[in-house]
Amino acid sequence: MNRVQRARFAEKVAKTVLGLMAVIVLVTAAAVFIYILSKGYRAISWEFLTTRPLKLGREGGIGPAIGGTVWLVSLTALFTLPIGILAGVYLSEYAPRNLLTRSIRLAITNMAGVPSIVYGLFGLAAFVMLANFKVSVLSGALTLTCMTLPVVITVTEEALRQVPQDLRHASLALGSTKWRTVRKVVLPASMPGIVTGSILGLARAAGETAPILFTAAVFMSPQLPRSPLDRVMALPYHIYAEVTSVPNWSEDLIWGTALVLVAGISIVSVAAGVWRSIQRRKIRW
Amino acid sequence: MAISTDTKRGRALGRTASRRATEVVVRALVFACGWLAIVILAAIAVFLLTNGLRSIDEVGLGTMLTGTSWYPTSNNAQFGFLPLILGSLFVTGVALVVSVPVGVGAAVYLSEFAGRGFKEVAKSVVEFMAAVPSVVYGLIGVAVLIPWVRTTFQLDSGMTALTGGIVLGVMSIPTVLSISEDALHAVPESLRQASLALGNTRWQTTYKVVVPAASSGIFAAVMLGLGRAIGETMAVLMLTGNAAVMPTGVFESVRTMTGTIAAEMGEVVRKGLHYSALFSVGLVLFAMTFAINLAADLVLERQRKRWRR
Repeated sequence: MNRVQRARFAEKVAKTVLGLMAVIVLVTAAAVFIYILSKGYRAISWEFLTTRPLKLGREGGIGPAIGGTVWLVSLTALFTLPIGILAGVYLSEYAPRNLLTRSIRLAITNMAGVPSIVYGLFGLAAFVMLANFKVSVLSGALTLTCMTLPVVITVTEEALRQVPQDLRHASLALGSTKWRTVRKVVLPASMPGIVTGSILGLARAAGETAPILFTAAVFMSPQLPRSPLDRVMALPYHIYAEVTSVPNWSEDLIWGTALVLVAGISIVSVAAGVWRSIQRRKIRW
Repeated sequence: MAISTDTKRGRALGRTASRRATEVVVRALVFACGWLAIVILAAIAVFLLTNGLRSIDEVGLGTMLTGTSWYPTSNNAQFGFLPLILGSLFVTGVALVVSVPVGVGAAVYLSEFAGRGFKEVAKSVVEFMAAVPSVVYGLIGVAVLIPWVRTTFQLDSGMTALTGGIVLGVMSIPTVLSISEDALHAVPESLRQASLALGNTRWQTTYKVVVPAASSGIFAAVMLGLGRAIGETMAVLMLTGNAAVMPTGVFESVRTMTGTIAAEMGEVVRKGLHYSALFSVGLVLFAMTFAINLAADLVLERQRKRWRR
């Protein structure tokens, strides 16, 4: 073999091996998807989605767990959206280029890397114990807020940066104050990116178990919480608790729970993505 | 003319003043939210430290970090972190063996060889993989991997460091892949064209020019994957068997730092010594992931500066 042939051969081998890696990723993801779907679909019924669990979850439904997760995520959204969006506005519109701003950015990327169980510990110490919110939806939502904040801040900043500088200048030249410019011009133009990115972050929060383990979750609860200071069942915690502490857990029902969780997260994420691309088509600079 | 709110001019002035007041209030609010990230990060460290203080006082940080036995509930309680730290490292090691070749390899393929359609599909697929909750990965591991490991390697139990590591590896593929791909994507097209113009093949261009140019970003991707794997809780908790002994191989049951906190915090006396020791474990975990993320961040920053021309 001469050099050219060798090079061509190496090209083929490399392409095959690297392609194989990509195929492994696709196949793994497809296998995960199909496995959850095929194992879980049998349990899905109106009763399963709405009624409460019986016999420690071996029978009955997961209504309170679905409701609990919705409660947790809604409350998290209520806290994290205003704070995260304002923080993103700060970084994109107000922050000076100095050491403090760099440290804030560093803090945000590091917050995203803090293990979820550490957030759980923090929530236990700060919200459950010190603030005395007890084990409750409120404590859990505050813990999840700390976790999703970096996501919301980052997507907001990125979306704001995409807005052309001309728009800001035009608004300021008309005599608007800085905040009016942000509120009337910059934020509306970047809403699709902010909303979609935030929804993706919140959808992830719905699947988190470790942060709510000692801050919000309860194994069995016949009904939904009546106030933010009640404990809740949650879908991810329900899966964990059943698998690890209930002998003879019902395979059908737990896979059904997993399917509901994954399908919920996926549907919301895909819908958010589609909505963003529709909105983006409307905005032309 | 006196300025009062009942004349037209006064109202106009009043409006400007109120806008200016809003501006001041909003500015304060926006600044406060911006700085909140630092406050929260600092608060996490402070809360871990103050709650772990009792164990640091009574047992000593050095004793805990070098102790080889973790018997938190016996009469003569021992709080040695070494089995837990090693447990985490074993599982993470396996995870890296899975996620780095697959993640980086697939990233190189997607960035340098794949067509646009394939790339788009792969992107959504990776997003799906990242969106699946860790507890669901744990469930799949319980159903599929535990029996597979037991029969394939003829072990008494399928709950091993290997089992947890494989699942963790799959879970960190999205992180490694997407950050590596970003790094490869950031390499200027002119470098590729120059290499191809010199008569190099695509593959020669890739391994001689593109990958070296993106190497720091790929390194950061591996570091972030590592950070993600060390901090993962639910899947390892469900899959590694949680035996708190000094691990000697990947075919044994291990207990990770994250798993220990998750499994034991529910049963401890609040504010007791055991409770405090678990916070110290959390502090060690926080310090480790913080160092890893900081390193990755600095490397990424350098890479970003390099191509910003």
